Amino acid sequence: MTLTAFFQYCLVGISIGGIYALIAIGYTMVYGILRLINFAHGDIFMMAAYFMIFAMVDFMIPWYISMIIMIVSTIVLGVVIEKLAYKPLRNAPRMSIMISAIGVSYLLQNLATYLFSALPKQYPQIPILNKTITIGEVSTSIATFITPIITIVFVVLLMMLIKYTKVGMAMRAVSKDFETAQLMGIQINNVITVTFIIGCFLAAVGSMLYFTPRPSVFPLAGSLPGLKCFIAAVFGGIGSIPGAVLGGLIIGICETFIKAFGYSEFSDVFTFVLLIAVLMIKPTGLFGEKMAEKV
Amino acid sequence: MLSIKDLHVYYGGIHALRGVSLEVPDGKIISLIGANGAGKSTTLKSIMSLVAKTEGSVEFDGVDITKYPTRNVVKTGIVLCPEGRRVFPDLTVAENLTVGAYLRKDKEGIKADRDWVYELFPRMKEREWQLAGTLSGGEQQMLAVGRALMSRPKLLMMDEPSLGLAPLVVKDIFAIIKQINEAGVNVMLIEQNAKAALEIADFAYVMETGEITMSGTGKELLASDEIRKAYLGE
Repeated sequence: MTLTAFFQYCLVGISIGGIYALIAIGYTMVYGILRLINFAHGDIFMMAAYFMIFAMVDFMIPWYISMIIMIVSTIVLGVVIEKLAYKPLRNAPRMSIMISAIGVSYLLQNLATYLFSALPKQYPQIPILNKTITIGEVSTSIATFITPIITIVFVVLLMMLIKYTKVGMAMRAVSKDFETAQLMGIQINNVITVTFIIGCFLAAVGSMLYFTPRPSVFPLAGSLPGLKCFIAAVFGGIGSIPGAVLGGLIIGICETFIKAFGYSEFSDVFTFVLLIAVLMIKPTGLFGEKMAEKV
Repeated sequence: MLSIKDLHVYYGGIHALRGVSLEVPDGKIISLIGANGAGKSTTLKSIMSLVAKTEGSVEFDGVDITKYPTRNVVKTGIVLCPEGRRVFPDLTVAENLTVGAYLRKDKEGIKADRDWVYELFPRMKEREWQLAGTLSGGEQQMLAVGRALMSRPKLLMMDEPSLGLAPLVVKDIFAIIKQINEAGVNVMLIEQNAKAALEIADFAYVMETGEITMSGTGKELLASDEIRKAYLGE
């Protein structure tokens, strides 16, 4: 492998890893607050792609307005799912809400098949993201190049939100102790809604960056990336945002190099082997919280 | 003042409160004593609307707050300092206090109250930037009290503030409770440590299996044979 090729693969790996990170944050934040693995998150990511197709192809709205419509629709979808499928189960055993999440996942996949057919649809071209730029000898599309930047910017903003704002403090309080948070006057449901808004926003942005260089969208297109990002969150330590980012990047980079060495068929296998290894060696992940006994 | 009339609560399939009536008049410290499982915590939780009431009414300063959600109960000026302290371990001491003032918008007032809390508990000032989870049990209890005060309550309800603390620390905490009351905050106290609770109380209620069985001034109850046998182990 030449040095140029090496850098090229690094960039691609970091880029796809950044997208995984954006989606993994959605898993990890919802888990942090609700102790729920939101299995529907990957499918929300897929629906975001269809929203974009709808806006740009069917209604021929310019890409920048379409992008806003797509992000807003994705957020609305996520919040509605939370209200209808998770909120009624707030006091139910945790297994029930998890099963509900799996149900929502299948519901979205089948709804997409019903509404948009199982045939792959072409993702609209966003001209500005598809331009090629060359840095030194490495040339790549703008999408690949700006993904890591977008990821870093959003992660930093998110960390600041959680650390310095009132709502961020409420999120940290709620994630530790529902009841006491309520005693402070915090409305749990509002905090959960904010969590879903952030998660879906990042999934929507991730969806645009993910599908732009790829040929097509189909109803199951969210399922494998969704699983990988879930694994990224587990690998990083579920509940930890820096963990999810690091997990996403590592999986993205490893996957790209495995493909580069000609073992494409094994790139997905690697992710799942990683999951098994993490669960066996360090189940709490890289930055996972120690399970503190509640007094 | 707080006035509870004929409160019934079912909790986990059990008829936990069977017609509890009690009053917390202005300016006083009221204690509620009783054995484990008598329904003391349930009484406080139902006032805060953390558990649903099936029957009865709760009135505070003449306003019927029976059906208020927790947030609005806090807004009317009642705060519960929960059993087992329950400080937020990942938040710093300062942040815990800020969360305590979550519903308030008066920046000046919040700052004044923060200074007051630091005055009451100088050790909290020293540990301002420390994570609450790293504090000792006694310090966590102080923080929990301080956090509750940050909502500027008219009524502070405390669930077992002496639980699991060393006797010296318990003494400190009770001295502070007295001080808080003197500053004009009504206090309602739940305790298994009946002696300390009766000594400090202006008026006290005794609870058994979901009912108030006795009441009287702290002194009267301390002198009562029944109480001495059942709760003071004499």
